[in-house]
Amino acid sequence: MIRRAWFPGLITVALAAALIFLTLPIAAVFLETSPGALVDSLGSQGAQEALWLSLKTTTLALTIIVLVGTPAAYLLATRRFRGRAAIVTLIELPLVLPPAVAGIALLAAVGPAGLLGRGLAGAGVELALATAGVVVALTFVASPFYLRQAQAAFGALDRAWLDASRTSGASEARTFLRIAVPAAAPGLLAGGALALGRALGEFGATLIFAGSFQGITQTVPLAIYDRFATDFDGALALSAVLVVVSAAILLAVKLARGPDGLGIAAR
Amino acid sequence: MTGRGWVLAAGVVAASLAGCGGGQDGGSAGDERPRLVVSAAASLNDALTSCSPGFDAADVRLSFAGSDELAAQIRQGVEPDVYAAANTKLPEALNEEGLVGRPRVFASNELVLAVPADSPIRSVDDLTRPGPKVAIGSASVPIGSYTREVLSRLGDRQAEAVLANVRSEEPDVTGVIGKLTQDAADAGFVYASDVDATGGRLRAVELPRRLQPTVAYGVAVVDGAPQPEAARAYVEDLISGRCTQALEQAGFGPPPG
Repeated sequence: MIRRAWFPGLITVALAAALIFLTLPIAAVFLETSPGALVDSLGSQGAQEALWLSLKTTTLALTIIVLVGTPAAYLLATRRFRGRAAIVTLIELPLVLPPAVAGIALLAAVGPAGLLGRGLAGAGVELALATAGVVVALTFVASPFYLRQAQAAFGALDRAWLDASRTSGASEARTFLRIAVPAAAPGLLAGGALALGRALGEFGATLIFAGSFQGITQTVPLAIYDRFATDFDGALALSAVLVVVSAAILLAVKLARGPDGLGIAAR
Repeated sequence: MTGRGWVLAAGVVAASLAGCGGGQDGGSAGDERPRLVVSAAASLNDALTSCSPGFDAADVRLSFAGSDELAAQIRQGVEPDVYAAANTKLPEALNEEGLVGRPRVFASNELVLAVPADSPIRSVDDLTRPGPKVAIGSASVPIGSYTREVLSRLGDRQAEAVLANVRSEEPDVTGVIGKLTQDAADAGFVYASDVDATGGRLRAVELPRRLQPTVAYGVAVVDGAPQPEAARAYVEDLISGRCTQALEQAGFGPPPG
């Protein structure tokens, strides 16, 4: 009996270890702050500006990602052409790129001394050390999360169904907007949430490419880092906000997808 | 266990994981030299990187960051053997908290205004006009507090004019240098030794004597250091041994006074 029971025991222990390891640090964020200190820290002007900036930049980045990413993902999911696999791989690359590399790469490409730097400066576009640079950094690191998910969502739709819409006289644009997007909505939503989560937590690329300045480029993760050495309570308070927001994003997706939760998204 | 205790445990796990990842050779089977971990201010990067490989008593592992972040790590229970900061205030504070031994001053540095080599900026006064983008260290890191010391000596009006041009507050001096070498910023306050390290890409605009703060570097052996003897030997090397030459070559001065 004992010999037969070792495997269920092993997997139970593995799950318990994973659960404790993953939840303990998150619990500590709250155990370390008293609600009063949390409210105090969040009341400071620096914290509020960081929260507002994060809200603004992530919203902008997500809007860009959805507007460009949805039709792009639709094309990748519904067409077969030479080089398609290469394109899919290329646009997924930022997914596995270390954030610091993303920051350096953005500087090399669109920084003032970068490939397109002179052209952008000539056109009056300033990205480094500017809020626009934060949006560029967030869009760069977060868009592959949406593209991948949206492509999978469109790919899972029944082709015959889309073809039927078109043969019955609807234009392709109409088929895309009225049939494909609503049908793929749960997957698109999940992709948007993943991208939002990644953008909200962005740190390295933002610091290297856009710098850190209160109200301009210092998003919540950068404000946490700025406080870490001298104001640990303030860092914990902002961390607590990010934990709550991230949990809310996750929960919203789970609810939107019904009892299935993120099960489909994981496919 | 208190909440702080849990965080400490998490920090130690994180630090040991980082240690595993950072290890390059891990030592061959017959290699029994102890490993000495030195947490040092970002501005010491070149000097210590060049003089540490020849250290006799141990294999030196260097960890560079803002002095304040390294101090915060020590407060959270991370234990390097040696802590070398870009001021004396942080090691003295850690000493009072019973976390490190008595700090000793081992080098001095100067603050300069760094600009790209072809910059038209010639003096701090040029920063008081609108236009130049200035990068400085965040207030919590030594380079940032020295910079604020310089600005306060300029007088309120001029200091405000310079601060109005500040576009980034970087977590350490490396960040300021990076923004300058990439043309993202037009000027930044850094240590003279940092400009030497850019190989001519940046030019140092010297500050008038009346603005110059005293920049003294303090070093201390961390209490409970895994390698206390090697740590003490390393500190001696910094003060009067082999590393003094590397420090001098990197643009540092002797201890002030």
